[in-house]
Amino acid sequence: MIESILTHLAPAWAIAHAAPLLVVAPLVVATALVFVPSGRLAWLISILTTGASLFFALILLALVQADTVTLAALADAGIQTNMLREGVVSYAIGGWAPPVGIEFRIDALNAMILLLVTFIGTLASVFSWPTVNAEIRTEKQNLFYGAYLVCFAGLAGVAITGDAFNLFVFLEISSISTYVLVALGAGRDRRALPAAFNYLVMGTIGATFYVIGVGFLFAATGTLNMADYTALLPELVGNRTVQAGFAFIIIGLGLKAAMWPLHQWLPNAYAYAPSFVTTFLAATATKVALYALIRFLFTVFSPAYTFETASFDWLIAPLAIAAMVACSFQAVFQTDVRRTLAYSSVAQVGYMLLGVSLASVFGVSAGLLHLMNHALMKGGLFMAMAGIVLTYQGTTLRDFAGLGRSAPWTMTAFAICALSLIGVPLTAGFQSKLMLLQATFTAGWWWASGVIVFSSVLAVIYMGRILEAVFFKAPENPRKVRKEAPLLLLIPLWVLALANLWIGLDASFPYDLARNAAEAVIGVGGQQ
Amino acid sequence: MNPDHHVILRVVAKTLIPLITLYAFYVQFHGDYSPGGGFQAGVIFAVGIILYALIFGVSSALRLIPPSFTRGLAAAGVLLYAGVGIWALFGGGNYLEYGALLDEPEGGHHGQHIGIILIELGVLFGVAGSMLTIFYAFAGRVAEISDEDW
Repeated sequence: MIESILTHLAPAWAIAHAAPLLVVAPLVVATALVFVPSGRLAWLISILTTGASLFFALILLALVQADTVTLAALADAGIQTNMLREGVVSYAIGGWAPPVGIEFRIDALNAMILLLVTFIGTLASVFSWPTVNAEIRTEKQNLFYGAYLVCFAGLAGVAITGDAFNLFVFLEISSISTYVLVALGAGRDRRALPAAFNYLVMGTIGATFYVIGVGFLFAATGTLNMADYTALLPELVGNRTVQAGFAFIIIGLGLKAAMWPLHQWLPNAYAYAPSFVTTFLAATATKVALYALIRFLFTVFSPAYTFETASFDWLIAPLAIAAMVACSFQAVFQTDVRRTLAYSSVAQVGYMLLGVSLASVFGVSAGLLHLMNHALMKGGLFMAMAGIVLTYQGTTLRDFAGLGRSAPWTMTAFAICALSLIGVPLTAGFQSKLMLLQATFTAGWWWASGVIVFSSVLAVIYMGRILEAVFFKAPENPRKVRKEAPLLLLIPLWVLALANLWIGLDASFPYDLARNAAEAVIGVGGQQ
Repeated sequence: MNPDHHVILRVVAKTLIPLITLYAFYVQFHGDYSPGGGFQAGVIFAVGIILYALIFGVSSALRLIPPSFTRGLAAAGVLLYAGVGIWALFGGGNYLEYGALLDEPEGGHHGQHIGIILIELGVLFGVAGSMLTIFYAFAGRVAEISDEDW
């Protein structure tokens, strides 16, 4: 199905250069937006750019999934495909062959993450205009969209690169623009400034730890290329330098991915950033950092190393469990709905890490499936949230009372995503939690299965409080009349809500993506 | 205050600033075969302007180079850099493959030369523009609470 993109839709230059263009297009357009006079025009341009990136991501996914027949047909037509072998695209930047030059390397795992980031980025761009127009000063709107596209390009770059140092550069590109975007929430709530500063300090520490770790690996191996690490590291397992590098990288990326207890920057940053920024970040930023973590755990290092197995059992799994319980509890006691959702995000990162820490194909694909589903449901929840901020200017639980009657379309979509977050059958969340339960049972971690169920019960409580206020309480403010979020916002919101229902009914598409991704990474360096 | 209070500073700065700017371009154009390059040149160039702002006041520096110009300069630098990469795509090479820039026969190195010079120029614009933008952001910052309100 998706291969018809290659044979019918995409021109030859797009197939040959999809990998760099996916990142370069938003980066170039972002700088060009400085010269664009109007915010509305900048908005339209950013939709087109993120849409183009989505198109390139689809091409890459098609290339990764293409069978030998399709690839042979492409080669016969004289089209450069950059296939290293079946399922792996390798693009040499500047024509310098890896491992000397920087390599963009796409396998099933990257292709999935790139599709997720560009899909969410496109939807978020479409819905952004009403809320950006309301929350950002007119003369800054074009620069705001510029910063957004830089962030988008950085996240895509992290997900696409096959070079450990290049990953650091893209991580910083996305992070620095994120700090700016979060701080722009100061127009609505001054607490955005300390939140952004806090995020800046924590994020910089995370990036520094990561780059120190890469430095250790470079000292031990003399290379920065991830595929090269896979080949060189097995001889150096007992090396202290490599082990120290591993520890630094896990902590650094863990901080970026909001791994408990390194998540302290997240709730405030999500709560006080402009609504559009929260929507985009919640669905992409921690996901991309988690991708980088998985990439290092399974491609660069390998579960075959004793120190990594130990860190799965004694570090990542316990921290994942702690996140699922502690942050779900914290979510229950928040009065601001955005903070509830933010704490719930940290708890959901715990689910994904639990799947990853099983270090089996089943576990990792369960974690990846949850990663994808969580992007869809949190994206939807924060989009509905943005609609409420736009029309009612309130974010506390009291402001949500009775909204089910005054904004039924917005809140129905919110409810669908909330049910998906809880994991009610027939929604996306159910599919991934069920798979996670099966994976933990298969591994014999019955206690982890118990925690998953317990944490889901907590999710029933914290989302239930919001849903109860929305649908069963009388409005606090009787002047509230029926006032729906604008149509521009409702359409992407419902796309996400329906995607949640669709995955709940038939999870084969995301399941195959996650499964292929897990097999691609574990097949490379793992024991299975 | 006596207007001639800083006369030595002003006279010295007036002689130094052209030299600093000239030195920036020296570092820039020798960057492709000696230590230095766009980043250092951009910093040195921006330092010349910042020295001017420190000695003669931010307002006259703002008249000389307005913030909208520095922002545009930084963006234009990135555009130039990335644009060279896209130019290489049109030449049939990979992204940023300088050898493909000029469509020259095998063994030609002018593409490499042009490519690195243009890219370093992009870095010069980007760094100088960002340095000055950051400086203006701090120097031109107006306290949100006036001193009497404390």
